[in-house]
Parts: sequence; C-alpha cells; structure tokens
Amino acid sequence: MTQSGRKQKVKQHVIEEWTGKIVTSFCIVLLVVIIFSMVYFVATKGLSAFFKDGLKLSEIFGTTWKPDGEPPLFGALPFIIGSFSTSLLAAVIAAPLGISAALFMVEIMPNIGRKYLQPVIELLAGIPSVVYGFVGLSVIVPLYRDIFPGQGLGIAAGATVLSIMILPTITSIATDALASLPAGLKEGSYALGATRWQTLSRTVIPTTLPALMTGIVLGMARAFGEALAVQMVIGNAPHIPHSLFESTSTLTSVITLSMGNTVMGSMQNNVLWTLAFILMMMTFVFVFVVRWLERRAQR
Amino acid sequence: MSAKTKDKLATAVIVTLAGIIVLVMAGLLGFILVRGLGHVSFHFLTSAPQTIKEGGGIGPQLFNSLFLLVLTMIITVPLGLGAGIYMSEYAKPGKITDTIRLIVEVLSSFPSIVVGLFGLLVIVNTFGLGFSLFSGALALTVFNLPLMVRITEQGLSGVPAAQKEASLALGISKWKTIKSIMLPISMPVILTGTILAAGRVFGEAAALLFTAGMSSPRLDFTNWNPLSPTSPLNPFRPAETLAVHIWKINSEGLAPDAPQIAAGASAVLILMVLIFNLLARWVGRLMMKKFTAAK
Repeated sequence: MTQSGRKQKVKQHVIEEWTGKIVTSFCIVLLVVIIFSMVYFVATKGLSAFFKDGLKLSEIFGTTWKPDGEPPLFGALPFIIGSFSTSLLAAVIAAPLGISAALFMVEIMPNIGRKYLQPVIELLAGIPSVVYGFVGLSVIVPLYRDIFPGQGLGIAAGATVLSIMILPTITSIATDALASLPAGLKEGSYALGATRWQTLSRTVIPTTLPALMTGIVLGMARAFGEALAVQMVIGNAPHIPHSLFESTSTLTSVITLSMGNTVMGSMQNNVLWTLAFILMMMTFVFVFVVRWLERRAQR
Repeated sequence: MSAKTKDKLATAVIVTLAGIIVLVMAGLLGFILVRGLGHVSFHFLTSAPQTIKEGGGIGPQLFNSLFLLVLTMIITVPLGLGAGIYMSEYAKPGKITDTIRLIVEVLSSFPSIVVGLFGLLVIVNTFGLGFSLFSGALALTVFNLPLMVRITEQGLSGVPAAQKEASLALGISKWKTIKSIMLPISMPVILTGTILAAGRVFGEAAALLFTAGMSSPRLDFTNWNPLSPTSPLNPFRPAETLAVHIWKINSEGLAPDAPQIAAGASAVLILMVLIFNLLARWVGRLMMKKFTAAK
C-alpha cells in the first residue's frame, strides 16, 4: 500500500515536471516561430517586386516616386531620406534633453527629480502616438507655419513630435547608466577638487558614453519605425524637400497611406512591401548597433 | 571663465532643460485636456460616429478598444508568462538561450507598422480571418509578447533564492515551485508591468490599421449573441478602435466638428492611459503590502 502510494507520488512529480517543461517550451517555440515567419513573410513579399515584377535595385533608389506614371517610377529615395533625416533630427533634439534630465535626476537634485521628473517621463512614455500626432498637427504645425516660410508640415514638425516621443527611452536608459556608475569614480574626481561640471563632463559622461549612446540609438530606432504620428505632420508629398519645413514623406508614412489603397499583388503594392522590408532590415541594423554598444559599455 | 562659473552655468543649463521637459509635459496634458474635455459628454461617449454630420460620438470605438484590450490580454498573458518562465527558469545558459534572447530583443524593437503588415499578410489573408477584432488581438499579441516576457523574467529574478531553494529542498517539483511559490511572490512586479502593457495596447494604432480594420459596422448593443455580425461581442467583425479613429478623423475626417471629436477622443485616450498608470502604481503598492512586510 505504502509502496504504491510512493510510486504515485513520484509519478505525479514527474508529470508536474514535464507539464512545466512542455508548457513553457511551447510558449518560447511559438515566439521563435512567430519571429522567423515574420522575417520570412515580409522578406519574400518585399523581394517579390524584384523577382516577379522585374524591378531593378537601382530603380528603388531613384528620386522620383510616380506609381501611376507612364512608365511607373518607384524611386523610394525621398522616403528613405525622409525617414533618416526625421529620426536623426529627433535624436539630435532629444539627446541633450534626455541626458540633462537623467543628470538632473541622478546627480543634481535626486529628490526633486525622482518625485517630479520621473513620473513626468513615465507619463510621456505612455501617451499613445496618435495623440502626439494630433497635438503636433494642432500645435506644432501651425506654430511653424507662422514662424517659418512654408506650410509648417515637414521634417522639422515630424522631428519635433518624435523627439518628445523618444525622450523617455533616452532618459530612462541614461538614468540607469548614471545610477549604476561606481561611486568611487565620482568621489575620486571630487576629492581632486574638481567642480561638479568638471566631474560630470570629464569622468561621468565619458565613462557612461556607450550606455548613453545605446539610449540614443534605441530612441532613433523607435523614431525610425514610428508611423502614424509622423504621417500626420510630415505632409506626405513624395519628393525630397528643399527645406526642413517643406512637405515630404517617410517610409512609414507612405506605407500607412498607400497600403490600404493598392491591390494586393500589384506592382505598387509589392514595392510598398519592399519599403517594409527596408524598414525591417533597418531594425536589425539598430539592434546590432545597440548590441555592439552594450558590449562596449560592459567593458 | 573660472571653473566655478562654468559649473554654475552648466548646472543652470541642465536644470533649465529638465524644467523644459516638465513644461512640455504640462503643456501637452493641459492642451489635450482643456481642448478635449469640453467636448466629452455622456452622449459623446455612447453614441455612434457620424460621417458627414455634426454631433458624432465615439461609443463603438471606445467599446472596441476595451474589448480588444481584453482579447489581447487573454492571449498575451499566458503565452508571455510561459515564455518568460522558460527564459528565467528552464533555459540553460548557452548559445541557444543567447539566440532566443536576441530574437526576443529583435521582436521587441520591430516597428508596430511592420507587425501590422505581418498581421495583414498572415493573419488576415493567409489564415483568412479578415479584418477583425481577433486578427487585431493576434497582431497586438505579437507586438506585446516580448514586453510580457521581459516583465515576467524581471519579476521572477526578483524572487529571493532562499525561498525557491527551500521549496525545492522540500521535494516539491520545479513547476509547482514556480507556480505556487515564485509566481505569487513576483506578482506585484508582473501585475504592474502587465497593466502598463495594457495601457500600451489601448493606445496602439499602427498595428491595427491593417488587422482590425478602419471601419466599424453598425453595432446593435442589445444583441448579445457573439455569433451575430451586428453583435458587439462578435470577435470576428471589423472594428475600429479609439486610437485608429483619432488617426482617421485627423487625416480624412469629413464631419464639420472633426477637430473637436479628435480632441475629445484624445482626451479620453489620455485619461485612460493615466488611469492605467495610476492603477499600476496603486496595485503594485497594494500587492507589495499584502505579500511582504514592507510598508
């Protein structure tokens, strides 16, 4: 009786062990399958414009986008330039703000910073992108229209909206990096009679630079992939602009606008998938840059 | 310039920049709430939108957003918990685990529009689910899984090793230890993270444009049969969420009061996000109190 009872126990134990292993492995396998199928499907669809419709690689980097023209032209360079310039400019605006906020929270006034600035940053992170787009459209665009020549729509408006959106990413990573810096480094600098700014600029910032860069690159990645907020303020004209305040397009904005209006399988639709493929490849580039920076930061 | 003046100047600059951020945030919130809240009324929250006339509301959209949130979380939470438990407890350090970690990282940095396109290609077309709430929920699951995995891992890594080892030493199986010892202890962290993730789902639009669709068929709120196409509970109907609605009326709204509707809907969206934020903090603190002796 006791013998069989013990056997039952052992069996139950083993069953439990296997349930756990199987259930959790299933979840992780599913996750891996999802990502591989995502890359596979977007890549095959994105490359079909080249293989099926005979688009040449040089054509996609042309400067004229005229899908309805005779012959249709699919030069996506304006979108690529638009995407890069908005996300770069956004990072240029957001980086000093984000790093200053982190310095304020960690080094200058930790009490006030943690109490007021931290919740503000967390809230900024939670605001949906369409709301940013809406505010950009009803505040920033009219403002730029009044101050600068042009419609107000364009790279400058897009970058301004994006810079606020990526501020939380940059700030939170910079805050973590600054807070995890060994106290000895700073104390050493102070003990030598350095002022706070000398300590920050010559010791703290150089040591944490790879981590700070990680935050900036992650922010740029987010800006690069953001669709709706940018689409609402960029103007959506398919050409390379002459100024920051002239209507243009990004990869995401043209996909957002045209994907629903083109027929699946048509050449224009396939080219849009090519743009999505470019977007995905850029994500990989960003991830690898971040990985490389993180490895630098660990050293 | 002496070192001291430089120091003061730099401090002033940093404090000013930090102040600017707070001002921007206050301006943003103030603008949305002041512009929007005036338009929010019971009628606005419950009535259907109008295409060309004034006086449309956001009732169906608000319902769709909430319903989609529930659907998404039902799928995301178990999967994310499972995958997170695997990563934190079962994965052996090595090449495979590193690769999986990289994959999760890549998935988490995919732009939401790419996730939406993947949903369009696979869920909507290949699986034949069409533009529907269910397709939207699946796309948002893909979008949210990495976050959920990270939250779970974070929660489980916070469990004191002694507690886990004590349970294992009593001869309790690993799975049971995870289920009955580790998960309850890490509950505050996981729940807080989940609520914040839910806030993200609520505001997401780009991934939904091509999965849940941009149209909302007439809903009959007295019809509670989940299989009927006009029933609000049917998960296989196209559904425009609040965030998608805001985008749509801003880019192609024909109603004369479109700006007001956009402002009102934005205010509602922001309020919901604020509620999620506060709820997450409150729940986190409450659970912390319940499970630990900390004040």
